[in-house]
Amino acid sequence: MNILRYLIKKLLRLILLLFTISVLSFTLVSLSPIDPVQAYVGAEMMRIGPEQRQRIAERWGLNDPPVVRYMRWLSSLMRGDLGTSAIYNQPVSQVIRQRFFTSLGLMGTAWVLSGVLGFLLGVLSGARAGSWVDQIIRFYAYLLASTPAFWLALLLLIVFAVFLKWAPVCCATPPGVLPEQVTFAQRLHHLVLPALTLSIIGIANITLHTRQKLITILNSDYILFARAQGENLFGLIWHHGLRNIALPAITLQFASISELFGGSVLAEQVFAYPGLGQATVQAGLRSDVPLLLGIVLFSTLFVFTGNALADILYHLIDPRIRLGVES
Amino acid sequence: MLEVRSLSIHFHRYARGLRRTVLTPVVDLDLKVSAGEVVAVVGSSGSGKSLLAHAVLGILPSNAHIEGEIWYKGQLLTPERQAAMRGRRIALIPQSVSFLDPLMRVGAQVLRAAQLSGKNRHSAAAQRAIFQRYQLPLEVERWYPFQLSGGMARRTLVSMAVVGEAELILADEPTPGLHPEVVQETLNHLRQLADEQRGVVLITHDIQAALQVADQIAVFYAGTTVEIAPVTAFSGKGEGLLHPYTQALWRSLPQNEFIPLPGMQPSPQDLPQGCLFAPRCPLATAECTAERPTMRAIAQNQVRCIHAQG
Ligand code: SF4
Repeated sequence: MNILRYLIKKLLRLILLLFTISVLSFTLVSLSPIDPVQAYVGAEMMRIGPEQRQRIAERWGLNDPPVVRYMRWLSSLMRGDLGTSAIYNQPVSQVIRQRFFTSLGLMGTAWVLSGVLGFLLGVLSGARAGSWVDQIIRFYAYLLASTPAFWLALLLLIVFAVFLKWAPVCCATPPGVLPEQVTFAQRLHHLVLPALTLSIIGIANITLHTRQKLITILNSDYILFARAQGENLFGLIWHHGLRNIALPAITLQFASISELFGGSVLAEQVFAYPGLGQATVQAGLRSDVPLLLGIVLFSTLFVFTGNALADILYHLIDPRIRLGVES
Repeated sequence: MLEVRSLSIHFHRYARGLRRTVLTPVVDLDLKVSAGEVVAVVGSSGSGKSLLAHAVLGILPSNAHIEGEIWYKGQLLTPERQAAMRGRRIALIPQSVSFLDPLMRVGAQVLRAAQLSGKNRHSAAAQRAIFQRYQLPLEVERWYPFQLSGGMARRTLVSMAVVGEAELILADEPTPGLHPEVVQETLNHLRQLADEQRGVVLITHDIQAALQVADQIAVFYAGTTVEIAPVTAFSGKGEGLLHPYTQALWRSLPQNEFIPLPGMQPSPQDLPQGCLFAPRCPLATAECTAERPTMRAIAQNQVRCIHAQG
């Protein structure tokens, strides 16, 4: 019963959120100075006459007032149609699906890597707070927390792809190879640098958070009592520390999906990795309204799901919430 | 069994501008506990009583500095010996349920205490047995600490201390804000443990509770024990009490004359010269502030006062 009410509330909030965001992005795109026809046609612009141009605009319905265009987009959305992407000449849903699966590998790898590494570093740092190990980890974390993702991506690209030539300079697959012929190893090879960029950026947050949480716990009453029972530092962390920091860490990691998404836009751009992030930039630069709106809606849904999962997980795992504090 | 000799605990803290302040919440404390005996350490809240228990167990924070000696069964306790005895020979009964891991099942926590106490092979059996001894229903094993009632939480904490074979039990303020019945039950448990030939230190601000179960009462003032007297001395008009503070404390109780003692305990940050009680003592003379009085045995009491007489 409680769960049901909770889910309905979440769902309503999601719908409201999606609506607001779609109106907002639509307004922003309508105000954009980029002419979609010109962006589409590009250099060929000189060769087409005003009538032709007018025809394209008409076919895309660009002459109608923004409200009418929005309503039209909304009504086809209700029928499950996200429209057609002008720049890819494919249904938006198809572009998103393809692109998303490419990005998913990247984001998923980065998400798991940054989560596991960040957690371990945080535990190490928190357990030996004040030691040189802690100083180094913290310095590293603060340094990364203030590093822009694209800058790090460029740095890795220059060092590992340009100088050392260990990793490819671009793309998700080798150029000139048919998609069916690309091996798993090749895909992995292309994934390494972008995934590394995203993981390195993602580590700082979870490390610092885990460290702080562990320090707080190590100063708690129940740790004092466990020490009185003869537990050593390893035992304290193993039996009590991990149990108590895991939950907030998992929650944080789910909530960090939005940042991961933001980071992937920049990283994919630098590595020319054909994922959702790169498509977003393209859609924005070339005023591909249906695609941009589709991506915005999709990413909202994605991030929202991440946060909701964190929330639900918390309720399922923490016994104090699961069993309800009665008295 | 346990003997604490002029134990002092200092904390160094760096205040603003690198000025170093030294707190001395425990000063020249003496205490003696024998097997089969409940010794109550009675003092007002915030007088550093808990630190005594932590010092005996060797679990003070790292910025604490200790002077003095702690002897256990004829052995001087070093940090290594303390580490070996924590949970095995010397056990703590903490104040409240907040000393239990909130995310660990109660049974698992008692089991862990049993394992740490050295009952590796028999810890599961020991845990079951202790549940039975303290009338904890079997289903409590699967509960989380927040589900425990006040009385059950108490019994759980006691059972964790005695699931092993600890000979010395340090009960730190085990009866704060509890239902009178639960207080009574907890005190009875402590008495039982002493009757089984364990040594029990009951640290409390509740002199009434102490009077019910203790054999000896050590009165704590400004970080030191000013008097250690048998519980029988706490009767009548307090004729058996020899230290001016103990007498004042006795008179201030509601069932006695109910006369509060004016003034406040000195701050651990700036302790008076000589006798710590001198600023409030009606009998103070010039000699009192010259140096710290030592513990003297007078009749059955131990008194830290130069003017005390039997
Ligand atoms: S030593 Fe002096 S000041 Fe201290 S308690 Fe005795 S009489 Fe009072």
